[in-house]
Amino acid sequence: MIMARASNKTNPARELVFGDLWEYDAAPETAAPKLKKRYDLFINGQFVAPKKGKYFTTINPGTEVKIADIALGGAADVDAACKAAQKAFTTVWGPMPGKERGKYLYRIARLLQDHAREFAVAETMDGGKPIKESRDFDLPMAAAHFFYHAGWADKLPYLAAGRQVAPYGVVGQVIPWNFPLLMLAWKIAPALAAGNCVVLKPAETTSLTALKFGEICQEAGLPPGVVNIVSGAGETGAAVINHPLTSKVAFTGSTEVGKLIMRSLAGTEKKMTLELGGKAANIVFEDAPLDQAVEGIINGIFFNQGHVCCAGSRLLVQESVAGEVLARLKRRLATLRVGDPLDKNTDIGAINSKEQLGKITELVKAGVAEGAEMHQSACQLPAKGFYFRPTLFAKVSMSHRIAREEIFGPVLSMLTFRTLEEAVEKANNTPYGLSAGVWTDKGSKILKMSTLLKAGVVWANTYNKFDPASPFGGYKESGFGREGGKQGLMDYCKVG
Amino acid sequence: MPVAKSPPSFRRLFDDIGTVDAVGIEERVAKYGTRSVKKKAKVFGLRLAVTMVDLTTLEGKDTPGKVASLCAKALRPHDVGEIPPTAAVCVYPAMVRHAAKHVKGTAVRIASVATAFPSGQAPLKTRLAEVRAAVADGADEIDMVINRGAFLSGEFGLMQDEIAAVVEACGAATLKVILETSELETYDNIRAASFLAMRVIRPNDFIKTSTGKTSANATLGNNQVMLEAIRDHFLATGVPIAMKPAGGIRTAKQALTFLIAVKETMGDEWLNNGRYRFGASALLNDLVRQLEKERTGAYQAPWNFSEASEGY
Repeated sequence: MIMARASNKTNPARELVFGDLWEYDAAPETAAPKLKKRYDLFINGQFVAPKKGKYFTTINPGTEVKIADIALGGAADVDAACKAAQKAFTTVWGPMPGKERGKYLYRIARLLQDHAREFAVAETMDGGKPIKESRDFDLPMAAAHFFYHAGWADKLPYLAAGRQVAPYGVVGQVIPWNFPLLMLAWKIAPALAAGNCVVLKPAETTSLTALKFGEICQEAGLPPGVVNIVSGAGETGAAVINHPLTSKVAFTGSTEVGKLIMRSLAGTEKKMTLELGGKAANIVFEDAPLDQAVEGIINGIFFNQGHVCCAGSRLLVQESVAGEVLARLKRRLATLRVGDPLDKNTDIGAINSKEQLGKITELVKAGVAEGAEMHQSACQLPAKGFYFRPTLFAKVSMSHRIAREEIFGPVLSMLTFRTLEEAVEKANNTPYGLSAGVWTDKGSKILKMSTLLKAGVVWANTYNKFDPASPFGGYKESGFGREGGKQGLMDYCKVG
Repeated sequence: MPVAKSPPSFRRLFDDIGTVDAVGIEERVAKYGTRSVKKKAKVFGLRLAVTMVDLTTLEGKDTPGKVASLCAKALRPHDVGEIPPTAAVCVYPAMVRHAAKHVKGTAVRIASVATAFPSGQAPLKTRLAEVRAAVADGADEIDMVINRGAFLSGEFGLMQDEIAAVVEACGAATLKVILETSELETYDNIRAASFLAMRVIRPNDFIKTSTGKTSANATLGNNQVMLEAIRDHFLATGVPIAMKPAGGIRTAKQALTFLIAVKETMGDEWLNNGRYRFGASALLNDLVRQLEKERTGAYQAPWNFSEASEGY
């Protein structure tokens, strides 16, 4: 019988009890991901074995169990893909009227919706992100990008007023492991809408949904060679970027690799856009609605285990409310559910790879050693798989490594400020400039901050909001060029 | 010499208690709906919800006979499956003595809406007399409405004094203070009215969303704003206040989502009927129907449940 009456005494400890009175039962997503045991390269509309016959293993980071063998593309495979793309560009895709190209993009968008659950499960198995995120964010957003750009395909003459736009031809694209399918959509949808053909290299740890996307291209009847997917490691990506036929390259990933790409392309005629790292400031003023700010802070740093280049990893709180915000954050941390990424109630899934887990662990150790005050949630972690407790550092200084380096994990560094000027100065004191957040009840403060912050995106009283129509990209070492919107589409066009 | 004008009272209040961002709160509560409650957890949640129901009839056409059958349903919601009784029956003051004949001395308490429910537009003297009469007839709990007019015109002192007077008139009876959220309109106002009420009521008295007599009733959004106000008040003063959403919660799925909000905002100590209630009528049969589905593996036809209000 559940008739226990609340005691009439007041609780002297005055803390809430988040115990196990009502535990959710396991709720695993059971849709089939429809995976093959072995994935070949997708070149010229066909799945083909790599010329050297080499494969590598992809594992589920949530369980460390092998999922499939993935083809390791070499220079010869990249060459074949680029030639197929060039041929498709000159014979089919380039000459095709925009409205016909648009039909293919609409078809791809609808097919992604049709296969949404299957792709969401595959994405979660391969990358470790919680199923509720792949289901409610990655897949709908990927489809939305194709829908949005499909609409542009026959309207290119209106893209740049009074000027002609034309495609580059073959575009080489290298994408990261944090949003595998979504980053593919961000890259492929505008490229195709503008009339380019693509050779795309997915990240080594997350090739599955990119190769499954090859099946979508086949189902959509996309002409062979318009989209080519060459899986592999760093050298494969280098081959794509340096291939003489790729006249524009687009890369999303670390600043370190971005710099290497810039060096290797210096002196060539290739166009490039880079979307690199970030160390975003999420700035909370004392007049902010604190509970909603706390939700935004949590969403800003723990979304996708913090594997987000625009993650709000530096929390700047006005000193007068710092204690209050810290207390609320700690309380909220206690209700986050970490565990099996396929469970529908999981808030924080698995770290993408052992290597990344090592990097996060090393930086967190450095934070403790430098004297920051660490708070972690007390949740149980699964025995197998790569997991990291959601972590919060208070009393962080601007000179600490955890305030300067991109951790790319579920680790938040909290700093304080006294005045608006100090907040701006601290927020801009970083080599990065991808995004920022501002929390205040005062509209004029939002407008002022948005002009003073040197970041590509400034969110006000929200965080991690994306839309295909909204350009996304960075300042400084966070890269250049934009993705999304008119500006993003322009980066795939020659403007004459 | 002219008297110095005091600063606007809403401004002072919000400086004290903080404000609410409407977009943010709605984004937060949308996530409760994505929680997946299965198997044992589902049965636990459904049974818990049954014990939290204030089974309600508030109509001009209520009769002693209608109240008698409501009481029987509250005591024994279903003839099989060992379903627990509801927390209370909720009736108009004139019906309290009829309800008392059936549920006095049982686990089911008698709640009564007093204070010129639902508008509250009667002289204070009349409202207090109504409360005393209901308590004298056997009401264990009084559901009052606040003076929305006083609140919206910034006369917070008047609004609080009236609540304090009702507290006194209640004696040992538990008080539930209805804010009538749809008439306060903004989340900021709901938070403000919650604090004003909580500061003059006793531990484990309730704040309640609505009368069920206006166009909009309990929503996850206003439930969340009120829960967060209760949490902040508790953490600041140690005084636990209970919560009752009322009106518009008709399905078991909705009730579970509200309970998920309680679990994730307030924790275990609010997951009992001393701290959380549902003001509802049709909800009870849907809870029972879902429990029967869990027990037998099949959905039963509506005519298998007594007092089913839906057509068949």
